[in-house]
Amino acid sequence: MNAVTVEALSKRFADVVALDAISLEIAPGELFGIIGPDGAGKTTLFRILVTLSVPDAGRATVLGRDVVTDLWELRRRVGYMPGRFSLYPDLSVEENLSFFASVFGATIEAQHDLIGPIYDQLAPFKDRRAGALSGGMKQKLALCCALVHRPEILFLDEPTTGVDAVSRRELWELLDRLRNTGLTIVVSTPYMDEADRCGRVALIQRGKLLGIDVPDRIAASFGRPLFAVRAAERYRLLIATREFANAATVFPFGDVLHYTDRRDGVPPERIARELREHLQARGFADAEVQETRPTIEDTFMARMGEPERAA
Amino acid sequence: MSAFRGLLRKEALHILRDRRTLAVVIFMPILQVILFGYAIRTDISRIRLAIVDPSPDAATIELRNRFTATDAFRVVRVLPSAGTLDRLFASGAIQEAIVLDGDFANRLARGLTARVLVVADASEPNSGSAMESYALAVIQGYERDIAARGGAVRIVPEARMRFNPTRASANLFVPGLIAFVLTIISALMTAISLTREKETGTMEILLVSPLKPLEIIVGKVLAYLVIGFVSVLLVVAEARLVFAVPLRGSLMLLLGEGVLYILTSLSLGILISSRTSSQRVAMIGALAGTMLPTILLSGFIFPIESMPWPLRAIANVVPAKWFIVIARGVMLKGVGLEYLWPQTLILLGMTVLLVAAATRSFRIRLA
Repeated sequence: MNAVTVEALSKRFADVVALDAISLEIAPGELFGIIGPDGAGKTTLFRILVTLSVPDAGRATVLGRDVVTDLWELRRRVGYMPGRFSLYPDLSVEENLSFFASVFGATIEAQHDLIGPIYDQLAPFKDRRAGALSGGMKQKLALCCALVHRPEILFLDEPTTGVDAVSRRELWELLDRLRNTGLTIVVSTPYMDEADRCGRVALIQRGKLLGIDVPDRIAASFGRPLFAVRAAERYRLLIATREFANAATVFPFGDVLHYTDRRDGVPPERIARELREHLQARGFADAEVQETRPTIEDTFMARMGEPERAA
Repeated sequence: MSAFRGLLRKEALHILRDRRTLAVVIFMPILQVILFGYAIRTDISRIRLAIVDPSPDAATIELRNRFTATDAFRVVRVLPSAGTLDRLFASGAIQEAIVLDGDFANRLARGLTARVLVVADASEPNSGSAMESYALAVIQGYERDIAARGGAVRIVPEARMRFNPTRASANLFVPGLIAFVLTIISALMTAISLTREKETGTMEILLVSPLKPLEIIVGKVLAYLVIGFVSVLLVVAEARLVFAVPLRGSLMLLLGEGVLYILTSLSLGILISSRTSSQRVAMIGALAGTMLPTILLSGFIFPIESMPWPLRAIANVVPAKWFIVIARGVMLKGVGLEYLWPQTLILLGMTVLLVAAATRSFRIRLA
């Protein structure tokens, strides 16, 4: 039995289509990532899966239970951490946690084996009001609160948004550890570079699914030679590269440009050499062009441009 | 700890943490009772009075002294003629004038009818007639005393007018006031309690828990009940100490009915809260939904009996109407449950209905 099954799920708000016939399956024990930019429909999907919202069409089950009809059973068994910080800012760390424990008839002590590793990091601040915690600490507390009743599946909506780099890494390590206990985790993020942390990822954009696979295969499915172009003046370089007669796509990527060629069957070395010569002719004496491995972001950008190719 | 006890504890913490709101909620009723208690009095004191006495002598001075002696009047002018009265009335320097005849003492001594003209500023009709009757009462008292001393004064039929202004109106208004301040405070407190969870996003996580709507609603109402009870205690004590309102019936009954009434108001607040999405809207709703009906349709100020039947019908659904009957009954008439059970049952029924309605309109999902 799948942990999550989504069949042709659609939801619209007024004239905005938030989810457009999305289907996916998540196996028990997976760390599953839902990746897409802001407004892609991630939160809408999460809210439907945790029984907070009802789809307009399609069907979804979590732990084999229908999210619309089996609402009260699912609410006992599901853990959910909303994208927006949703704990009581006027209550202390400990009071928040023991409130959520009591709601499920649990105690902090009894759950120590599960939440202990996270709670120990919070312990020095246990009397501090939740509203006065740093962003990373808030997320850890929220994670604790979502885990305190031993859910069978955990939904985390953008847990790393607005959190510093160190806390982000710590959070992913915690999720990794939770996955090792056998917990199914569904996590959403707008950051493509976090995809590698997940077992499998689904790319979504404007309510549509662009693809589901293990991160490496999604990256590999790019299917064309990709080149990193580097020079001192990046903006002028972008214009000059786009003027190259054979250019298909040119995107800024970190501190380089990612370039694909419109021609098929031309050896990569030749493309790199021709592009370098073109740039040197335009005055970029320091221009470097190297073939590079496509990332998920490249795939995402490529698929965004041609949604009809969606899986 | 059970889910419900956890919920109660959490609500109690919210209340205790928000010291400023707590202070407002506890001290506001006390302040309001004082303000309203002194402001809504139909009886009038320290009326600015001018006496026109063209020929002062022992008799007129005795009458003048009677006006000076009572709290109701403050003699601000003694004039030889009525010529300047118009100007004084227009400027507001005086509110009432007593004009004595030039041969006032003379006529009295000869057993003739002496004439006194009483002029009152009736731009506020109610105070006008009140001031007039105060003055007439002073004059009649004077007349009676002379007659008692064997003076040849024609006895005028007595129009009884008791002078006990402060107590009379306080007795009438304070029970209503208790209802008024308790309604507003209670309804406001719960009205914002659910909407605050909606605004801070905590509702999202409360909804994904197994807590049932009824538990959430009853948990909030019960937590605020404690504060409401403190308010009742303070306001009842204040009625006794500041306004000397008698408490002829049982204190326990009054407090118990007070708690019941607070429950009704809290339930009204939570119903408003469950149907609105922002604290601001809830607050306006709670004020509009409680303030006007409680002032106008509860018998607090305006007697319900003299209203046209549609308003009398509407007044029946205003909880304050029933509580005012109860509070006046216990405090002024000293009656107990044997007379007040119908009103008590009505408040109980309203509370159950309001909680049920709030539970029904509580959305178990986000929009």
